[in-house]
Amino acid sequence: MSQTISEKIIARAAGVESVRPGEIVTCKVDLAMMHDSSGPRRQIEKLEAVGADVWDPDKVVVITDHFVHETDADSIRIQDITRDWVAAKGVKRYHEKQGICHVVLPEGGHLVPGMFLVGGDSHSPTAGAFGCFMIGIGATDLTGVLATGEIWVRVPHSIRVDVTGTLPGGVAAKDVILSLCHRIGLNGANYKAVEFSGIAVKEMSIDERMVLTNMSAEIGAKTGIVAADAKTLDWLRDAGAPVNGPGFESDTDAVYGQVIEMDARGLSPQVAAPHSPANSRPVEENTGVRVQQAYIGACTGAKLDDLRMAAKIVKGKKVFEGTRFVVAPASNRIRDRAAEEGTIATLVEAGAMILPSGCGGCIGLGPARLGENEVGISSSSRNFRGRMGAKSSQGYLGSAYTVAASALAGRIADPREYV
Amino acid sequence: MADGRAWVYGDDIDTDLMAPSAYLMKPADEVVQHCMEALDPTFAKSAGPGDVFVAGDNLGVGSSREQAPQNLQVLGIRYVLAKSFGRIFYRNALNLGLPALVCKDTDRISTGDRLKIDPVSGRVDNLTTGESLECEPLPPHLLEMIREGGLIPHLKKKLAREGA
Repeated sequence: MSQTISEKIIARAAGVESVRPGEIVTCKVDLAMMHDSSGPRRQIEKLEAVGADVWDPDKVVVITDHFVHETDADSIRIQDITRDWVAAKGVKRYHEKQGICHVVLPEGGHLVPGMFLVGGDSHSPTAGAFGCFMIGIGATDLTGVLATGEIWVRVPHSIRVDVTGTLPGGVAAKDVILSLCHRIGLNGANYKAVEFSGIAVKEMSIDERMVLTNMSAEIGAKTGIVAADAKTLDWLRDAGAPVNGPGFESDTDAVYGQVIEMDARGLSPQVAAPHSPANSRPVEENTGVRVQQAYIGACTGAKLDDLRMAAKIVKGKKVFEGTRFVVAPASNRIRDRAAEEGTIATLVEAGAMILPSGCGGCIGLGPARLGENEVGISSSSRNFRGRMGAKSSQGYLGSAYTVAASALAGRIADPREYV
Repeated sequence: MADGRAWVYGDDIDTDLMAPSAYLMKPADEVVQHCMEALDPTFAKSAGPGDVFVAGDNLGVGSSREQAPQNLQVLGIRYVLAKSFGRIFYRNALNLGLPALVCKDTDRISTGDRLKIDPVSGRVDNLTTGESLECEPLPPHLLEMIREGGLIPHLKKKLAREGA
């Protein structure tokens, strides 16, 4: 029977020959990832209530990113609980303050194409950029996985998004996914697995593919996925993953619930106006909006490629005096690599403030929190009301190119005028 | 079966509205006070036991944070009705033992209406308007979990059975 890549991974995890969309199956989980918010602090009581212990500490990854770098008593307590718990349970795959979970998970060498994973965070589909099937779940579902190593899933219908042609200069994966958010809406792929393919996706770096799968969450998808290729395997080997092969790919006659075609060639930089990623429109419709902050950050928008895009725009220039240009690399590894190649220096010379890695400004925490009535543009994924700061703040979303161009102009700006 | 008051909101009610990020490191009883405050500051103060949270499409879009449905439950919300749900919110609510029911006709409910709900048949009686509405029935394995009070008591029973 012909199947999509998602169906093949689910079938393998469920221990069956094949699965059909709509069917409910129980899957064995290859790895369960959690962070300091969904993790130990919410798991201790729940596991006790169930009366179970961790099914396999070697299959658990804990990464702290939400309440770091801790300065208040509540956050300090959460970090202590997290550290003590992983020590007590013998969880060796623990990354403290090394970066944001969706980026540290592949960097830590934990991913191999074809894996079935769960993560205690909605942006867990990010791992799909590595040919893995990873779904986001809440704390109680996570308890179920920790106790049993299994989870029930309804096999999703697959949607294939074919991005044809080559992206123009100054246009990035972020613009592709924001455009898709506008086109199909925040629930346009609800419960579905979104498979990205086409020339533009093949040409994208792994960092860029991660933007597509990451923001599959913004169209309601169960997950997003890109079949692994030579680029994927090189990336994973560089991270020290025990890679054997590319895992699965969709059969040529696999059945999709929907096929969406997007033409990369005609795409403009996109900006999502408050308070929804679905409010994305070509940048021209938002240029001129005064911004107090331009933020390059989060699992979505602060990988090495994002930092390079921003540096390309601001090189040799100075950011607008009335605008804070804040850069929080998505991991320490990215920060170090960006420093080594001079990207960090370029950003700092232009006036960037570099923050430690963490979820930070994307969820309104830390120095990048937007104040009352402030307007910000961010390379993160969500601009829901009040998410990036004060209830009265206004959050816009764009690519790292667009955020950097806006930092220079002090207003939302078209990056194509700067590349 | 007791009836409850409806609190009606629109489409795409996100998890940041129900559980704002800035308070997530705080104790649960503090987080709950901020539930929905960016949209409706009266909700957390006035919602009470047995009330029903009603929304349009894509209720619970966004984060995986379980505090979103948990806050509704702590405030006394007994049922959640929406035309459709964000998938993680849906699982989270059911896992907590809070019935999340898909009802395509939530437009016909207004804030303050008295609703009587049968989660098994999916029938919603609007005692204020006299109308009856239908919800999609829950799959049997989820109905069983809800009856047992959510995933934690369900798992406890299951593991005890298997261990016996």
